[in-house]
Amino acid sequence: MFTRATEYGVTDNALFEYALGLGDTALVLGQRMAEWLGKAPSMELDIAASNFSLDLVGQAQLFLEYAGEVEGEGRSDDDLSFLRDAMFFRNLLIVEQPNRDWGVTMVRHFLVSSFLVLQYEALASSKDERLAGIAAKALKEMQYHRRFSREWVVRLACGTDEGMKRITRGFDTLWRFTGEMFELADFEANLVNGGIAVDVRSLEAPWTTAVDDLLAECGIEKPTALQMITGRYLGHHTEHLGHILCDMQYMQRAYPGAKW
Amino acid sequence: MPANDAGVLPPTIDGIWSLLHEVNDPEVPVISVVDLGIVRDVRITGEIVTIDVTPTYSGCPATKIIEAMIKAAVESKGYTTNINTVITPPWTTDWISDEGRVKLREYGIAPPENGAEAKASLLGIDPVLSCPQCNSTDSERISEFGSTACKALYKCKSCLEPFEYFKCI
Repeated sequence: MFTRATEYGVTDNALFEYALGLGDTALVLGQRMAEWLGKAPSMELDIAASNFSLDLVGQAQLFLEYAGEVEGEGRSDDDLSFLRDAMFFRNLLIVEQPNRDWGVTMVRHFLVSSFLVLQYEALASSKDERLAGIAAKALKEMQYHRRFSREWVVRLACGTDEGMKRITRGFDTLWRFTGEMFELADFEANLVNGGIAVDVRSLEAPWTTAVDDLLAECGIEKPTALQMITGRYLGHHTEHLGHILCDMQYMQRAYPGAKW
Repeated sequence: MPANDAGVLPPTIDGIWSLLHEVNDPEVPVISVVDLGIVRDVRITGEIVTIDVTPTYSGCPATKIIEAMIKAAVESKGYTTNINTVITPPWTTDWISDEGRVKLREYGIAPPENGAEAKASLLGIDPVLSCPQCNSTDSERISEFGSTACKALYKCKSCLEPFEYFKCI
């Protein structure tokens, strides 16, 4: 699985890389939500987190299955999920950031699901029928995620001082990773011209409006970042992704090909 | 057409649909896969039956089991069966049949409302639900998610019974 061991940046197969980016973002966020299983603050939230995880892993499966077909080297969605190392993952850096507490998790989920709703809305009219079909399906699911996480941000921020502290910490620590969502890679620009990929730059304005709206409702000052941290298409990740993969890929690494 | 050597009559479209009416959803065992609206098409080529099935949610863990149950039901009659998973157009609760809605309610699950207006729930507006036990519309949401991805938890404020609601998507 180390066919490109000397090169962690994008391959010349643009559609493969694009599908991988969509799939990896859903997969890693799904894995993060699954970490709440059995230890969320209440039974209802435990169930919600695992349902979020199911939705996201299901979306990841569809995108990665397609990525494998496009690549044409016989890799399945499972191969791509469990047998790649961190530098070959193309997920947005924000989704690999730690859960910390329910407040931080809900801020992350609101920031990301608000973006994904916009992205899937646009992708649903892609000229690539497979991507359009997956996006139309995923869109319905992500609308629920956005609504749910938004309600929790308001509930915590407008509840107690402790809740406000945690929500503010979420915005402050995650803000520097939001810029990457609206960064268009060169290879993506070609796909945009072909009517296949979404021009994510056009999503920044509606996303900002939605976030500003929430910040105003909660009375939170808009966070700033000295520098936006990006790098997924160069194979650059924060230190957290390696730890996620240690957990997620353990079984297949220890017992290659194991099935149940 | 006559029966083959094994004594099996050739499959018919109507015959396959009746078989599918007997296959119930494993998580809501009163409603068939046809009433749930997840069987999208049945085709017969020669003696091979192809059935298009669509998942309710992308990550629904019951999808594989449902596909296996459908395959088993049709193959039990001696027909070779292919299950074809389709995701376009995406499943919507509007495809749940009227009969399915009645069965859901009798089972204690508030069925999804029909039509575009019902989708207001996606925009954050809570639907007005009537309790499947006492029909009171004085209900409140306890949790956005229930025991499966397709359901939410509600409580009736009249008879105080909690109940599940099949969410609109």
